[in-house]
Amino acid sequence: MAIGTNSTYNRRKKGIQHFMFAIFRILSIFVALILFFILGFIIVKGISVINWDFLTEFPRDGMTRGGIWPAIVGTFYLMTGSALFSFPIGVMSGIYMNEYAPKGRLVSFIRMMTNNLAGIPSIVFGLFGMAFFVNRLSFGDSILAGSLTLGLLALPIIIRTTEEAFKNIPNSYREGSMALGATKAQTIWKVLLPMAMPRIITGLILSMGRVSGETAPILFTCAAYFLPKLPQSIFDQCMALPYHLYVVATSGTDIEAQMPIAYGTAFVLIMIILVMNLLANSIRKYFEDKLKSK
Amino acid sequence: MKKWIDIIVNRIFTVSGFTTSAAILLIIGFLFSEAAGLFYNPIIDKGYVLALNQQNTVTELSAKEIKDIFDEEITNWKELGGPDMPVKVFRLEDLDKYYSEEELGPEYEYAGDKIAEQIYRNPGIIAFVPEVLIEHHSNLRVIDGKTIPVKDVLLGDEWFPTATPSPIFGILPLVSGTLWVSFFAILIALPFGMAVSIYLAEVADDRKRRLLKPVIELLNGIPSVVYGFFGLTVIVPFLQNVFNLPVGESGLAGSIVLAIMALPTIITVAEDSMRSCPRAMREASLALGASQWQTIYKVVIPFSASGITSGIVLGIGRAIGETMAVLMVTGNAAVMPSSILEPLRTIPATIAAELGEAPAGGAHYQALFLLGVILFFITLFTNACVEFVSARNKSKK
Repeated sequence: MAIGTNSTYNRRKKGIQHFMFAIFRILSIFVALILFFILGFIIVKGISVINWDFLTEFPRDGMTRGGIWPAIVGTFYLMTGSALFSFPIGVMSGIYMNEYAPKGRLVSFIRMMTNNLAGIPSIVFGLFGMAFFVNRLSFGDSILAGSLTLGLLALPIIIRTTEEAFKNIPNSYREGSMALGATKAQTIWKVLLPMAMPRIITGLILSMGRVSGETAPILFTCAAYFLPKLPQSIFDQCMALPYHLYVVATSGTDIEAQMPIAYGTAFVLIMIILVMNLLANSIRKYFEDKLKSK
Repeated sequence: MKKWIDIIVNRIFTVSGFTTSAAILLIIGFLFSEAAGLFYNPIIDKGYVLALNQQNTVTELSAKEIKDIFDEEITNWKELGGPDMPVKVFRLEDLDKYYSEEELGPEYEYAGDKIAEQIYRNPGIIAFVPEVLIEHHSNLRVIDGKTIPVKDVLLGDEWFPTATPSPIFGILPLVSGTLWVSFFAILIALPFGMAVSIYLAEVADDRKRRLLKPVIELLNGIPSVVYGFFGLTVIVPFLQNVFNLPVGESGLAGSIVLAIMALPTIITVAEDSMRSCPRAMREASLALGASQWQTIYKVVIPFSASGITSGIVLGIGRAIGETMAVLMVTGNAAVMPSSILEPLRTIPATIAAELGEAPAGGAHYQALFLLGVILFFITLFTNACVEFVSARNKSKK
């Protein structure tokens, strides 16, 4: 082959590469812009609505005025409730998979089931929660039923992060502890769990971020359109931010007047997610740096 | 003592290890037991019957035929293979038109007799009345409410769950709506997903990666109801202006929102699999004089094809199961979609929109659980695909 054609070929090769890479870059920037546009849109429209009264008052005049306090409280209850259920079980399940279960078929079976659970659409959780918790166990539409349904949804996330966290601990720690005469339970409690905790907490925070934004599972298990007072027990219904956003944005008597409330609610919801993500990331980063310096 | 604690702890851990499996079994069990009841329901509302004059030779009616009769689309019994006489529809509330309150007696005690009299007098009548009122009368013919046939549900192309006297639960409009919206969503998401994952895995340097990664994570973290709200306030009016639509709520709006929501899944999985391409393969290709781009599409992409596929499949799964965002932007018309620019309705959106109004234990409620079962199987299937692909991948290495 002549040198001349070879170099044209090379130039063309380079040219195509530049062209393709430019496309990838542009599309990547475009995707980032989508995020910033969504966030920016909601923040700009929402921030003017936010003030102390909006955050601490009850809705008034058929959702056209007042605040979103009961929805904030409801979401907080639901997050706490689902964490109380999913955190211990999820962590224990992750520990079982990593420390106790015989490696091989059994673990991969459990992992498959966990993945399947993670893949089930949230509305199916809602259906199940309604059939099982609300009707069969007759909890009724309640914070308890809603928390348990949401807890099932959060479970796979916590199991996965726990499993990862324990997998990353070198075997020498286990052997060292056992050599000192500690039992397996003591080793897990005193040595492994403290080491895995930061990662597990990261997983918990991320799962709570997810739970705070889920609407479909609580539609029929817990959420109320409007309540004149805060829930008194776990058998009461509650309002929740995502459901509130849904009803304010899609139904009601005066959609125009409800719009500011909707923007404000979306803003608060986005802020919760942002803070949760930031928190999880900084915890992860902090402990990664600490491990590196060791 | 120490040993006993150890054993107890062991047991507790074992039990919690199987929570997810138990949850899946419970979900399957409850969805199925609620959904199966649908096929034991009669096609006519419970406690009601359709009564005909004895001269009428029609013996069986399907739910759709009943609906057409009561909507006055079928006006002659000839159309149903019966005698040539016009159809006369009679509902319980029509009773007042024919008889005064005195004739019906206090507390409607003569209502049954009067209905029977009407049926006797009008050869073309079809009466939709409570069973108890006419069960003692023998001079009329009652159409037995046969149970809802499986075929009419799975292959039926009309969804009228609240129609009286006989609701129609054809799921095809919903299934095709779901597939339609998800298909377009993936079509939109695919070029972006591929470009971003190639960029992240092969092109971007560390600093740009560190900037872009959290963006993808946040896209994943935004709640679906916020996406729905954004779609409702931005995308829907935008589409309405661009395409000059009567309503902006359309399949396309749903597809765009779903595309954004499916992106993070596609990107993360595809990027991971591209990163797992061995360095040696890449270097061999570069050493042969291939450019970086040639290496990517001749070596890296074929190598990670299965990973990319599972990313896409997972993205489809996510799009099919998505509820709130779709519910808010697709306009919710339960008809067979003929164009992506028209309102349509997906399976999850139907469940979310109708379950609140469906009385627990009724046919409508059970039909919605059947939709849940279908949805569950679709996602189980997508998961199995991914599992299969990744298992094959492992054995390849």
